Amino acid sequence: MLREELRAGINRRTVLKASLLAGGGLALDVLTPFPSALGATDQEGARAAQLSAFVSIAPDGTVTIMSKDPEIGQGIKTSLPMIVADELDCDWSQVRIAQADLDQKRYGEQYAGGSTATPRDWMPMRQTGAAARAMLMQAAANQWRVEAAQLTTAKGRIYHAASGRSVGYGEVASAAAAVPPPDLSAVPLKRPEQFTIIGRPVVGIDSARIVKGQPIFGIDTRLPGMLYAVYEVAPAHGGRLIKADIEAAKQSPGVRHVVPIVGNGDADSGLADGVAIVATNWWLANEARAKLKVDWDLSASKGHSSSVYQAKADAAIAAGAGADLRVDGDPSGKLAAAARRVAARYDYPFIAHAPMEPQNCTARYADGKLEIWAPSQTPQRGMDQLKKVFGFEPAAVTLHLTRAGGGFGRRLMNDYMVQVVAIAKAIPGVPIQLMWSREDDIRRDYYRPGGWHSFEAGISAKGELIAFTDHFVTFGDGKNTARAAGFNPAMPPAGLIEHLRYSQSMMPTVVTTGAMRAPGSNALCFVSQSFLDEVALAAGTDLPHLMLTLLGERREIAPPGGGVPFDTGRARDVIEKVVQTSDWAHKPHDPGRAKGFAFYFCHRGYFAEVVEASVRGSAIAVHKVWVAGDIGSQIVNPMGAENQVRGAVIDGLAQAFAGQAIEFVDGAVQQSNFNDFPLARMPATPEIEVAWVKSGKPPTGLGEPVLPPVIPALTNAIFAATGARIRSLPVRLKSA
Amino acid sequence: MRYRLDVNGTVREVDVPPEMPLLWVLRGELGLLGSKYGCGVGLCGACTVHVDGAPQRSCQLPVSQIGAARIHTIEHIGSTAIGARLQQAWLKIDVMQCGYCQAGQIMSACALLRRNAKPNDAQINAAMAGNICRCGCYNRIRTAIRIAAGMEEEGGRAA
Repeated sequence: MLREELRAGINRRTVLKASLLAGGGLALDVLTPFPSALGATDQEGARAAQLSAFVSIAPDGTVTIMSKDPEIGQGIKTSLPMIVADELDCDWSQVRIAQADLDQKRYGEQYAGGSTATPRDWMPMRQTGAAARAMLMQAAANQWRVEAAQLTTAKGRIYHAASGRSVGYGEVASAAAAVPPPDLSAVPLKRPEQFTIIGRPVVGIDSARIVKGQPIFGIDTRLPGMLYAVYEVAPAHGGRLIKADIEAAKQSPGVRHVVPIVGNGDADSGLADGVAIVATNWWLANEARAKLKVDWDLSASKGHSSSVYQAKADAAIAAGAGADLRVDGDPSGKLAAAARRVAARYDYPFIAHAPMEPQNCTARYADGKLEIWAPSQTPQRGMDQLKKVFGFEPAAVTLHLTRAGGGFGRRLMNDYMVQVVAIAKAIPGVPIQLMWSREDDIRRDYYRPGGWHSFEAGISAKGELIAFTDHFVTFGDGKNTARAAGFNPAMPPAGLIEHLRYSQSMMPTVVTTGAMRAPGSNALCFVSQSFLDEVALAAGTDLPHLMLTLLGERREIAPPGGGVPFDTGRARDVIEKVVQTSDWAHKPHDPGRAKGFAFYFCHRGYFAEVVEASVRGSAIAVHKVWVAGDIGSQIVNPMGAENQVRGAVIDGLAQAFAGQAIEFVDGAVQQSNFNDFPLARMPATPEIEVAWVKSGKPPTGLGEPVLPPVIPALTNAIFAATGARIRSLPVRLKSA
Repeated sequence: MRYRLDVNGTVREVDVPPEMPLLWVLRGELGLLGSKYGCGVGLCGACTVHVDGAPQRSCQLPVSQIGAARIHTIEHIGSTAIGARLQQAWLKIDVMQCGYCQAGQIMSACALLRRNAKPNDAQINAAMAGNICRCGCYNRIRTAIRIAAGMEEEGGRAA
């Protein structure tokens, strides 16, 4: 059995705990021994059962389901409870959803990243809902002195057809708390055609509050006596604090505290050297920054410039192939013997995440205890950082999750959480809300790192791709690549041809790098699917047909070193689907207008996309995007899913041609706000048509896998329209 | 400096420096948290409010320049006919992903429909171009505006 299939179901050591809800009713907890929870004793697990049970059913029939994962706009706060509620067989109108605090001993992994929640939680959520239903049915059976097998349920009621009796869940919930919990792995589940909530469009659980402007985001946290902070850091990556003259800033209106903070020099744990200014109003704190006089040591930042990185990449490529990452067959020999060779270099820049809600966090420190309100994708990692940096034991920290105004990978890092705790520790008893300015956010990101690729392909006399090489130049210390700067040795066409080499060179950087929506894939798909488009044309075919030829028979290909296998049949099906929906064979007649195609597999999802674009002078217009995707047998919430698809397409198009690039001069970021780091805007938004291929596989996530193909689909369309091959992002066309 | 501001039909008094932008008066002094900070320089529209009915970026409006102008924010907009229709349309097709920018989007859309009851797509694009949605919900924002304007079948496709 595959590791991920094991993970998809309830672990056999999982413990179901039922108890009487305070005030009557059923409180049901699923205690899963994830690695971080192995130290939990049953007693600890049961401690707060009545306060925050995973599923609880009140005497009035109200069902409360905990949303365990951070909500960052991916819709998980709605979609996971939908799964529970469907198997519970209640009506969605009975359901209330509460955001869980961080407590992985109770809830299992609480994490928003890697499009992992749906594949990880699909089966446990179903089993939990079904177990609660079974217990309610058993309670009704006991009351009526009949066999539970004779009962049915619908919309939160239990029916005994033979006697015509029925009872609402709430009425038997207290009795159900005394029913022995069933074996989760054996609890009967619905057949897909019995679903009443899963697969129906459901409006997001917070949407009604959002349209009224109600305070639900991190920056909306308000506590009595709270003060507002900014955190001034070095003007260049790699800078360290020498000394700070804080007197003038202290005299600034509204300023209550100015706190120089010496960090730990470890970019990963997030406590950069800085000076905090704390005031009665955030704007007053931010205004006082101009009055700080800080000496920074910028010696480590010297030479960390985009032009230097470019020159080093050129030199690395000129020097040869670098260190081998994967060598299959005899790529050099086959290249030498090829009837035709195609070679090209590709590159892409650093880019920032720029979620609309800037980084922020609220904390109160008193009597050795910390309470935190955080928009974070990785609250447990935040907790670990607090232990590493300050020595806080988890028992001393309460971490509340707020809704986050976008994530995209930025909120995996929690640097802002560590910073606000450093400030709050210096001002005990006073709640502190740290918020970064947009300029802070653009200049202090953990960026998607730039990269360079030198490709070569060999084509046989019959037009077959027989050899493929890629020399990747990236960032790292010579031994390990920087965060999110690694390669994927399974990148197609690996596994699909016999003779292939992937190799790598690296250069050091002081710039902080990190995962960006579809990390790795967002760049690797652009370079590889663009170059394969060149190969296809050189071989006398086109990219979808080259890909179909390469895919060959339906089979699973295991990546080197393990991991999620690549199913060539699923890839074939989405490619064929988008070829059909986009009417690929039909080329637009207008001059300067054309279609482009790309395919990618990442985060367990298979996506093929076609972009129709036109180019006039240097202006690019995207008219329509067709998306065909396979994320398994079931779309949990089509309302959210189609929104995710369209959003990812728009995100990818903005990366390709809105002009996004972060550049450095001696470690100093040259961009600052949405004028020089532009995001997508409405006028450039194309029509986006979504088609699902529903394979029989378990459902998987959607936050990421849609994004990568749209970028090369656009650049391939630009080539088809103009003959100009785009080998560098962002796309910048010269006027004709 | 003391200022008397007409916010959502109520006169509120604040004591702040004259340069403080309205956004920080709303968020920091008056507890009206619906208007959002996104860029601080008028580039993203997340802080959009109505000043005497016209859409303005509140991060760019010093409190000293407001005078007797009537300010309306997202917290109030549901009590206007157009605002309520927009909120219903937003929910009908569940426009949002993270939702952070949506208060500003609705305020801009409301100002548009007030001066143009049946905008075409080009007019919608032009009126909404100053509001960034990082999640990319633009197709649905356009559709929701058309629903609120009575130009699209309710319950139609959630484009």
